[in-house]
Amino acid sequence: MSTIEIAGKTLELDADGNLANLSDWNEDVARELAKGEGIEELTDRHWQVINYMRKVYQENGDAPSIRKLTKESGVDTKELYSLFPKGPAKKSAKIAGLPKPKGCI
Amino acid sequence: MAEPIEKVSIVISHGSLEGVYPGLIMANGARMEGIEATVFFTFFGLDAIIDKRMDNLGVATVGNPAMRMPGGIKMPTWLGAIPGMSRFATYMMKKEMEKLDIPPVREFIEMIHDAGGEIYACKATVDMFHLSENDFCSSLDEIITVGEFYEKSAGAKIIFT
Repeated sequence: MSTIEIAGKTLELDADGNLANLSDWNEDVARELAKGEGIEELTDRHWQVINYMRKVYQENGDAPSIRKLTKESGVDTKELYSLFPKGPAKKSAKIAGLPKPKGCI
Repeated sequence: MAEPIEKVSIVISHGSLEGVYPGLIMANGARMEGIEATVFFTFFGLDAIIDKRMDNLGVATVGNPAMRMPGGIKMPTWLGAIPGMSRFATYMMKKEMEKLDIPPVREFIEMIHDAGGEIYACKATVDMFHLSENDFCSSLDEIITVGEFYEKSAGAKIIFT
C-alpha cells in the first residue's frame, strides 16, 4: 500500500491514491492533497463542494453523483469544472479525503 | 502502461431512449474523468437535441429480442406492438434511471455541455430532414459536415453508438 507524507505524518492511501482512512483527514491535509491535484489554493467555493461531499458521504457511504453535486451543492456544473478541472467529482472526493465515487453519473 | 485516453468523439445515431443514453453516459463519464468529449448526433439521433422532441424519446419495444418485461420474462414481439407498450416501457425505464440519478435527456445534454462537452448535429441529416438551427436546443454548438466532424475529432477515439 502506498503512503503520502503530510506535515510530518505518513498517511495510508488506497489503490486509487485516495486517503485510506477518513480519520486521517483535516483541513490542512485537504490543502496539501489539493496541491497534489494542481489546485494551489482552496477558496470558499472549493470548501463548499468539499464539505458537501463529506456530508453526503457520511450520510450515504458514497460520494454524490455529479448530478447531485450540481443540483445540491450550490455550485453549478460550469463552476464545478472550473474549480476542479479534469473531473470535479473525482478530484473533490480525493481532496475531501473520501474514496473515489462509485457511481457512473 | 498504455497511454490514457485524452479525448473521445461519440456518435449517437439512434433516437430511441436506449439508443441515446449509452452515448450520453459515456460522454458525461468522459468529462468526469477529465477526458475531452464531443458528441455528434446523426440520423434519428438528432431527436435527442431537437427542442420539441428531446423530452419525448421512447423505448423501442419491437424488434428487440433482448426486451424483457418486469419480472424478467421475454417480451414477444407481438406484445411489444400493442398500443401503449412503448409508453409503458419508457415510463419504467425512466423510473429506474431516476433511481440511479441519471438525468432526463435535456438536463443530461445541458450537463455535458456545461461540463465542456461539445454538441454537434450532422449537416447531411439536418438537410435530409429539412431542419434548421432553430429546431435545436440551446446546448447545440454547431451543425457540421462529416469532414468537420473528423477535423474536430483529431486525436480522439471515435465511438459509434
